[in-house]
Parts: sequence; C-alpha cells; structure tokens
Amino acid sequence: MTSTAGSPAPTAAPTQPEAGGRIRRFSRAERLVHRSTGLLMLLCLATAACLYIGPIAQLVGRRRLMITVHEWSGLLLPLPLLLGLLSRELRADLRRLNRFAAYDRQWLRAARRRLTRPQDRPAGKFNAGQKLWAGWIAGAVLVMTATGLLMWFTGLLPFVSRTSAIFVHDCLAWAVAVVLAGHVRRALRDPEARRGMRTGHVGRRWAQRHHPRWLTEDPHGTRTVE
Amino acid sequence: MREERDRRGHGAPVGRRMLLGTLAAGVAGIAAAPYLQRGWEGALGAASQHDPTGLTGLLPDPGGFRYYSVVGSVPRKDESDYTLRVDGLVDRPRTYTLPDLRALPQTRVVHDVLCTDGWRVDDTPFQGVRLADLLDAAGVRAEGAAIRFTCFDGAYSESLTLEQARRPDVLVALRMQDKPIGHAHGGPVRLYVAPMYFYKSAKWLAGITVTDRVIPGYWEDYGYDVDGWLPGADRGADAA
Repeated sequence: MTSTAGSPAPTAAPTQPEAGGRIRRFSRAERLVHRSTGLLMLLCLATAACLYIGPIAQLVGRRRLMITVHEWSGLLLPLPLLLGLLSRELRADLRRLNRFAAYDRQWLRAARRRLTRPQDRPAGKFNAGQKLWAGWIAGAVLVMTATGLLMWFTGLLPFVSRTSAIFVHDCLAWAVAVVLAGHVRRALRDPEARRGMRTGHVGRRWAQRHHPRWLTEDPHGTRTVE
Repeated sequence: MREERDRRGHGAPVGRRMLLGTLAAGVAGIAAAPYLQRGWEGALGAASQHDPTGLTGLLPDPGGFRYYSVVGSVPRKDESDYTLRVDGLVDRPRTYTLPDLRALPQTRVVHDVLCTDGWRVDDTPFQGVRLADLLDAAGVRAEGAAIRFTCFDGAYSESLTLEQARRPDVLVALRMQDKPIGHAHGGPVRLYVAPMYFYKSAKWLAGITVTDRVIPGYWEDYGYDVDGWLPGADRGADAA
C-alpha cells in the first residue's frame, strides 16, 4: 500500500461538523433506523426462543400470541431501513458499506492473522468487518422473511415444502443469533462506538485510531462520481 | 490506480455481493433441504443418544417432542383430580376418572408423530382406550355427527367427524412411549389421532362432546385444516 500521508483531500470538510472536539458519525435518521431495527430484531429473537426452546416455551406458553408477535416483528424488520432510504446520510453510508477498498482487504488479512494493532487494521468510516456484517445480515433478513412467509402462507410456492422452509429458517436463525451475539459483544467492548450510535458523535482520537481513512481520505463519503 | 478508484468509491461492491450471496445460499438451502434434512436427522439422532446435556434438542430439527401450549400456564392433574367427561348428543353421559379409564380395554398404536412445524418422531407407541369404545358406551344418538374435544388448559379444543373418531387408530391415550404421559406431553390423558397432524391430538383432554356438526378447534380458527390428514394417510374409516 502506498502512503496516503498528505492526501489532497480536504480534512476539515463541512460534512464532519465538530462539536466540542467530537466528530459527527451518525445522523438522527441513521440512529433511529439502527435503534428500531435492533428493537424489532430483539422481539424476533425473544419470541423465537419462546416458540422454539422447550424450557422457555414451557414457562411462557401463549403460543398464538408469540407467533403473532414473531410474525409481525419479522415482517416489519426491514421497514426502518426502507424508510431510512429517504435520508441522504443513510444512503451515503450504505454506499460506504457496499464498496470494498484496498485497505479493507488489509483489514481482513490482519483479522485473519489476529493482528489487533490499529495500524494493522486500516479502515474508512466502516471497517471491513462492519461492511461484511451489513451485507450478510441484510441478506439473512431477506431469507428469514421469505422462509417465514412460506411457513405463514403455506400455498405461496407450492413446490417448496413447508418442512424445507422451516429447516432453512431454523438453521439460519441460529446463524443470525451467533453472528448477532458477536456484533453485540464488539459493541459492548467499545464504549466510544456505542456513544457514536447513541449520540451521533465520537471523539476525534477514537476516530483517528479506529477509522483513520474516514478522516483523511473520505470526507465526502464514497459518493460515486459518474 | 486502484487507490484512486477506492477513494472515489469505486471499490468492489462487496456488500452487495455478500447480500446476494446470502440470498443465493438461502435458495440453495431450500433446494437442498430435503436431502440435508435426512442426513442431519440421522447424525443428530445418533448424537442425541450420547448427549447427557440435552443440547442437541436445541438444534434445528432435533427429533423428539417440542412443548407447545396456547395458554400461560396449565394446571397439573393426576389420579386425585383428573376427570374426563363424555356428554353431548349421547344417551348415557359419563365422567371417567383415571382408574376408570385404566380399567377399560387398552389398545396400543405405533405410528409416526408429525407436527406442522416440521419436527417428527417416528414409530411412537401410544396406548389407551379407543375413542370408539367410549362413544359406544355413551350411546351416540342418531343426530350426532361430530366430536368436540375440550382441554383442562382452559383454551385448547379440537374436532373430529364421528366417522374419523370411530377409527381404531384414534385413542384416548394414557401412555406414550410405554410410560404414563407426563404433564409436558399432555398427561395424564391426551388424544392421539394417528393418521393426522399432531395438533389434532389434543393435550390435557378434559371433555368429549358429541355434536351435530363439526365445530372447528383452536388452531382451525386460525386457518389450520379441519381435517388434518397426514400426507399418505389412509383416510378410509376402517383403516388401522
């Protein structure tokens, strides 16, 4: 990788307004989308546990109620993101999450070798792990919605047996639970990242340490220039 | 060059590829599910034999029973307080205690248990009194056409036509897997309708009422088939 010191990009661009030495990371719309998606996801998982895990099912019962809450929280899960598409900031961040830069590959190599020093793991506004996570969970939610609907409306695709839909739904549910636990664990380890999602702002030092390319290379987001 | 591209946001669209890849894996999973499931069931069945923790029961499609209840809590009943009431369009309504039911001729039926939620337990023995015997003892009147089952959980109900109810593989079951039926499995007495999906086999059976028409049961009010035949079930009245 070539050095990017002295990059021609302006570092004090107005897209990152500072408030008391803090840099704006997420807009209100983005934080609302994240919070409501998280809440719906927790509802989905909690009701799934009540339907699926024997001891919890025995404790809670009320199967019809659990099914209804599960179905609707699952169906509504993509809605906050879809509404969030109205926000310019969120669209810009989706573009950032989508595109993989060369330093993202470096980040992944470092992650594979379990190198944890910040200089081994260069990142833009989002690191490579966050980019992969975003793409995967979006796909997983769509698969869960589709298989869930196949269980709900059995005649939807007559050539897919309900048992097959349930099998995929159950297996992927465990994958989602495991990967989501990893997501939450990462967040629990990093109070500043959580503050960024809670208040919208992060400290400049934290950003320089964990997302250096965000500050130096990427002031306008990765808006595609045609 | 690549650096320049990256900076302007032209890096590879890995996020989109990840999303599409996950979707493709989902579709492939659906297509492969019948085969995967067979292998999975075999492996898990073998593993659960040597699993004192019971953790294999949490995995998808583990085999074995799952606990379903439509209410918050179900009262426990045993010899001291369990009763089964047979009434409706009959000449001789009667209330049976658990010892009463045990004293009647017992029938053992071995059949698969299939849930609409995908889990199944093959070749499960159930033992108890044929429903037909209880109906004969009560004397169904000419206008009787169907049965409504009620449960002491206070909410669940089920239905059968009289013809279905008289099948020899429909039991008022006292034993499952050659043991008394435990509370979690709908004990001390549950219905077992061998040729139909397991939701027809009402747990915690409390009442058998002969009616002049089919009154759909709890799940049937939410769109389940009133006739919950298993695929390939012999629907004839005298099938065993």
